[in-house]
Amino acid sequence: MTQSPSKKPGALSGCRVLDMTTPLGHLCGKILGDLGADVIKIEPPAGDAGRIRPPFVQDRSGAFHSLFWLSYNNNKRGITLNLETSDGRRILEQMARKADFVVESYPPGYMDSLELGYAQLSRENPGLVYTAVTPFGQSGPYRDFQAEDLEIMALSGVMSLTGYPDKLPLRISLSQSEAWASLYGAMGALTAFHSRQKDGRGQFVDVSSQAACIILCAHAPWFWDYNREIPTRHGEFMTGRTITGAKFRTAWPCRDGYVTFIIYGGPAGQKTNRALTEWMDTKGMAPDFMKAKQWEKFDVAVITQEEVDRMESAIGKFFVDITKKEFLKEVVERGMLGYPISTAEDILDDNQLVARNFWQSLETPGSDDPIRFPGGFAQFSEMDCGVRFRAPLLGEHNRDILAGELGLSQQQLTLMRAASII
Amino acid sequence: MAPQSLQDIVVIEFAAFAAGPCVGKYLANHGAFVVKVESRSRLDGFRTHYPPFKDNIKGPNRSGVFAFNNDSVHSVGVNLKVPAGLEIARKLVGKADVVIENFTPGTMTKLGLGYDELARLNPSLVMLSTCNLGQTGPRAHHPGFGSQLTSLSGFTNLIGEPDRNPVIVYGPYIDYIAVGYGYIAVLAALEHCRRTGQGQYIDLSQYENGIQFIAPALLQYQLLGTAPTRQGNRHDYAAPHGVYPCAEPESWCSISVFTDQEWQRLVCAMDNPQWTESPRFATQLARKENEAELDQQLGKWTRSFHADDLMHRLQKAGVRAAKVNNMADLFTDPQLSHRRFWRRVPHKEVGPHHVEMPAFDLLSTPCAEPAGEPLLSEHTEMVLEKLLALSKPEIERLASEGAVELEPAEADTETARKH
Repeated sequence: MTQSPSKKPGALSGCRVLDMTTPLGHLCGKILGDLGADVIKIEPPAGDAGRIRPPFVQDRSGAFHSLFWLSYNNNKRGITLNLETSDGRRILEQMARKADFVVESYPPGYMDSLELGYAQLSRENPGLVYTAVTPFGQSGPYRDFQAEDLEIMALSGVMSLTGYPDKLPLRISLSQSEAWASLYGAMGALTAFHSRQKDGRGQFVDVSSQAACIILCAHAPWFWDYNREIPTRHGEFMTGRTITGAKFRTAWPCRDGYVTFIIYGGPAGQKTNRALTEWMDTKGMAPDFMKAKQWEKFDVAVITQEEVDRMESAIGKFFVDITKKEFLKEVVERGMLGYPISTAEDILDDNQLVARNFWQSLETPGSDDPIRFPGGFAQFSEMDCGVRFRAPLLGEHNRDILAGELGLSQQQLTLMRAASII
Repeated sequence: MAPQSLQDIVVIEFAAFAAGPCVGKYLANHGAFVVKVESRSRLDGFRTHYPPFKDNIKGPNRSGVFAFNNDSVHSVGVNLKVPAGLEIARKLVGKADVVIENFTPGTMTKLGLGYDELARLNPSLVMLSTCNLGQTGPRAHHPGFGSQLTSLSGFTNLIGEPDRNPVIVYGPYIDYIAVGYGYIAVLAALEHCRRTGQGQYIDLSQYENGIQFIAPALLQYQLLGTAPTRQGNRHDYAAPHGVYPCAEPESWCSISVFTDQEWQRLVCAMDNPQWTESPRFATQLARKENEAELDQQLGKWTRSFHADDLMHRLQKAGVRAAKVNNMADLFTDPQLSHRRFWRRVPHKEVGPHHVEMPAFDLLSTPCAEPAGEPLLSEHTEMVLEKLLALSKPEIERLASEGAVELEPAEADTETARKH
């Protein structure tokens, strides 16, 4: 295990988190770990559902490791515990007495049915901040609905805004709702923790993944709320920027992929359009009408589709021979708005991230070389934040925690293993 | 009324658009006293740049984008270009626990409001700087908007059909990831301050926040040498997995099936149509292999149902299914209504409208009933009296010097509306 040298404390150093999350809540526990909390991932003896989420990497012993699991469970130590046995429950109760946070994402009512819900655990530990992340929340008509990413995205409204107008509404191909639900989970946990640090009283935090993903609709709901209009999907075009109804291309094929460029107004847009015209002119590809334009007077709100098409036709011909790297270099040098549509490779290559020491390398199953993980979500002047160690193997810290910290004997551990308690 | 968790916190915002203000909004929803420093001479772009405007009439107090990101905060008109105005801003910071800013790196320092200077005034201050690519690095100063950052962070490649151009997400996706992490960062720094008495500076790169949400793809590239790509609504390990047309135009219901048991429940919910008996759909592997035909057959069946009815019928049978809500549906969604996700607020210019609450409910200290988004400079007097104990004549003098700006009188607002 690589332990990066940490000189500063984390905000939650000294806090203990019991993490009983399924994939919906993995990142929530990780965020608390990024801030220095001691997070203990408690899994059923057969392993967490996150461990069987594809794709996998196979290690030398032949074992498979989920990349989703590895991504969102670092900074956690792991134990196995069968909460459906009385010994398992007793051990959890004992651990919960000294915990600051519980984070879980089982279906509503499951932890209560084991007598391990907030009502039970808080009786012994009134300072406990108990966060439950579920698809729709702990109560209400959809409380027991089954949902994966697709269903959460559908009910959040964002799919109705995504996709080509002649085809079906779309989700993002890499599942995102878990990360959003977890992000709001960590926000809620820390909000409750703030008042707990003042008055000693913990509480229950009820997080809805559907509600979390509504922010992906951004301001679109207000078209309905203000003017009874229903925004819909426009493929690779952006709409809602003009009084003429003109739409703007956002994704452009280039030599080795795609770039994002949008005709904007306002000072930044005017500057961008002028700079682009100059750049096109260096290759003799700027049409006269663009060169003659007084960009400082350009008002995107009144532009007609005809004008947009004329500009975009010239711009499209120009971009098709530019590489993503060249595009990024030029937009930066010329102070233009616009970015390449990056692949994983492009992101890993980006010198901006390297210069900020963003990546944190960890030894990872299935690789001889350390693997680069996204580092801290912020750079704090006085605190440490980021990845400290890799996700736990199944039951990796059973001995450390159950014997070392809870004082169970070797014999008791063996017995519990035989009884499928751990 | 129960007290809110964050009611002891005072926040001063020098921020515009989404990434800064929305952090302030969420803090305010849980009781923080949030002051947005604005000026007529430098309006938040969300007040003026983009629709929707109420009744399609443009105006700084009529913007839906602004309403979304600024409910429950207080607007104070301060002109930072006037020395006395800058002095007022500094005094406000002296009373604050938190400063939030999202200018291009270096702007706050140029204005005389850099962290070092503010920390001298207020050593326990927590300052969040949230910007495009972070405060340091070779491209720190490159300006950008969230929509393009979605592409730089790798998401745009992951949306769309495999044989067509990628599709961009509707809003500034990355901004809102950064809002969540920004909020977390502020509360974390406040905890550190509680423990040590010391404030600190937070450098938050929205780009680096976006990358947190794409971590599995980065691992996949490094460990397997492959990368996920856009594949419509298909899923590598589930079939059927998509949205299917329902009876009304532009209405769909999702269905996702990951196992044989789930498939059996779906077949049962369909009343065992003959086509499901084909060996082409008998196993998970077979269904995946014949997915196009499966989608077609399912689509024929779903077409006779209303999306809501189909969702309930399938959920009752233990099959994952969900209606594709559109923007109007969100306001009548029974689950969101149950959670009181949308709240109606009064507003002088727009009239009553809705704002949204955070996705987390605190059971003992629920969020405050929200106030509408502020009119420009609506709270100048109230805030200067409350935080700086300035008298009315002092405020009027500052206003006459152009250092602070007061809410335009009713008549001005009327005129603005006519124009």
